[in-house]
Amino acid sequence: MPRMTVDPNYCKGCGLCIAACPKKIIRFSENINAKGYNYAECFEQDKCIACKMCYVTCPDVAITIEK
Amino acid sequence: MEVIATRPESLTKTPFTYCPGCLHGVAHRLIAEAIEEFGLTNKMTGVAPVGCSVFAYKFFNFDMAQAAHGRAPAVATGMKRARPDMHVFTYQGDGDLAAIGTAEIVHAANRGEKISVFFVNNAIYGMTGGQMAPTTLPEMKTTTSPYGRKTDDIGFPIRVSELLATLVAPYYIERVSLLSPADILKAKKAVSKALQYNSENRGFTFVELISTCPTNWGIDPLKSREWAKENMLPFFKPGVFRDKGEGVE
Amino acid sequence: MSKILMKGNEAVAEAAIRSGCRLYFAYPITPQSELIEYMAKMMPKVGGTFLQAESEVSAINMVYGAAGSGKRVMTSSSSPGISLKMEGVSYIAGAELPCVIVNVQRGGPGLGDIQPAQGDYFQATKGGGHGDYRTIVLAPSSVQEFADMASEAFELADKYRNPVMILADGMLGQMMEPVEFKAAKTDAEIAELGHQHESWCICPNEDGDMKHHHEINSLEIDPLVLEKHVNDLYAKYAVIEQKELRYESYNVSDENEILCVAWGTASRIVKSAINELKAEGKSIGLIRPITCWPYPYEAVRKALGKKVKKVYVFELNTGQMVEDVKIAVAGKVPVDFWGKVGGIVFTPAEIKEKLEACFK
Repeated sequence: MPRMTVDPNYCKGCGLCIAACPKKIIRFSENINAKGYNYAECFEQDKCIACKMCYVTCPDVAITIEK
Repeated sequence: MEVIATRPESLTKTPFTYCPGCLHGVAHRLIAEAIEEFGLTNKMTGVAPVGCSVFAYKFFNFDMAQAAHGRAPAVATGMKRARPDMHVFTYQGDGDLAAIGTAEIVHAANRGEKISVFFVNNAIYGMTGGQMAPTTLPEMKTTTSPYGRKTDDIGFPIRVSELLATLVAPYYIERVSLLSPADILKAKKAVSKALQYNSENRGFTFVELISTCPTNWGIDPLKSREWAKENMLPFFKPGVFRDKGEGVE
Repeated sequence: MSKILMKGNEAVAEAAIRSGCRLYFAYPITPQSELIEYMAKMMPKVGGTFLQAESEVSAINMVYGAAGSGKRVMTSSSSPGISLKMEGVSYIAGAELPCVIVNVQRGGPGLGDIQPAQGDYFQATKGGGHGDYRTIVLAPSSVQEFADMASEAFELADKYRNPVMILADGMLGQMMEPVEFKAAKTDAEIAELGHQHESWCICPNEDGDMKHHHEINSLEIDPLVLEKHVNDLYAKYAVIEQKELRYESYNVSDENEILCVAWGTASRIVKSAINELKAEGKSIGLIRPITCWPYPYEAVRKALGKKVKKVYVFELNTGQMVEDVKIAVAGKVPVDFWGKVGGIVFTPAEIKEKLEACFK
């Protein structure tokens, strides 16, 4: 089952991964990280196809893709 | 399950200090990935500029130098000449490379120094708070062109890739953009090529990366990419200006 | 004229414009970017020229050109950028051109940091650039003084045909205080100023006949001519030392047991400590150089008075102006030094502690 995970310590809530995801399964978490950003999170891992577009566009290298 | 994409080892664990949505981090990752893919990490070194990426020496997981404003190509020249067995790159913004550093980049390129230069162009000075850059577009408002850049007074943006392509020595010059995932994948190819040529000591390689500055443009990260596509790409056209490896002179 | 609450960087820019400066060339650098941004906004409004150069080296050479054309011109930067200008300043001094350079000092050496420091004293007063020359150096300690020094600097530069540096720091550049500006020069006055140097500067010939051939130049390839030139420069500097010395005596009296010497931002903090100790019955005087060159050696010497048993120098560096103090004191009493570096500014409490220890 492919999955994407965001490391909240790196994420700055820029939103680029949310825009990049073709399956629209990433959103801003309601939680905030230590810097006060609403970090990104995947809310429907079953739909992840490991296309890696989120990883490609993330400027903070916060994302890990597993397949 | 295996990990197919994650933070490269050639980046340190230090979080980037860039603004949210700034594409510097993407450029760093592309360079780091390519270095790892070519097995260069142990022989790699780079030069950080003065600008938003001044702390690049903290982000790459190998020896790095920090240079005075604009002088990175000269510093890289010294490093490569001192240790030819190592591979050297510089990472510079528009103030560093196209303003104060014009002599250094032209002459490093002209000598055909066996280094790679990664030039991040976002048409503004980020670190010092949004002043005009040599790459600032006509009529663009910045804190030192508050009435818009007046071309009859201070001319037009500089197209560094084209400028360097007038020199005979450079081996590879390409302009790419980071404005969408598809663009980033293309940019990755250019970065990889530059570093591959570098690993083979073929000559001077140069990649200009069109990027954004959401904070100083005053536009959010997503809209910044749109703005850059509409306004920067027509003037700074992506393309290959030199590739001696593929016979493009 | 009413007072305005203004940031130091902007206040000196405003004062420069009011002094009739219509040419400004510079490059952004923290902590003085507000100065260049203010000029970008305001110079076009008065029909002046603002130009962001590609580097500080280029900027100081633009200054050389404009100064050689006899016009009031200014540049500004911070420590690393000022280093870049030093070759240009040497040329400007050698060619005897008037100009104003503002240094908003930051922590060094090298790229350092962006916090206030006083580490460029040697660079400003002992040379900076190569060769035998001197720069007139004015050191403000408040935003009001910073602004006032703009017009003083231009007057001195024009009077003596020499570069004048206003040696401020990141604290003065960034802080906001009430400022009262002098009336702005009128267009007629500025036009008049533009003519003042026509006996030597680059300017049009009348009627196209070669009535003058002026040279803006620092090259004198004949050593005898260069010798005379340098001696003439130093005769000029002797006059400046005689006539343009400025300093402040604060709480100086024959009752002083300790004499402090401090300049710029550091002096304000020392004054606070002196005031607190005065309330506790301790008599401490302060000599504050306002011109760091020429340096008030005689004033320091005289302030040793009758009871001073120690001179204490406080600076935001590892001890630069203290060397001038030692020259002045010439071994009469011990000279102590305490400083802070890293762009860190000491507090009145820290100074007070150091001074109190002297009384034990």
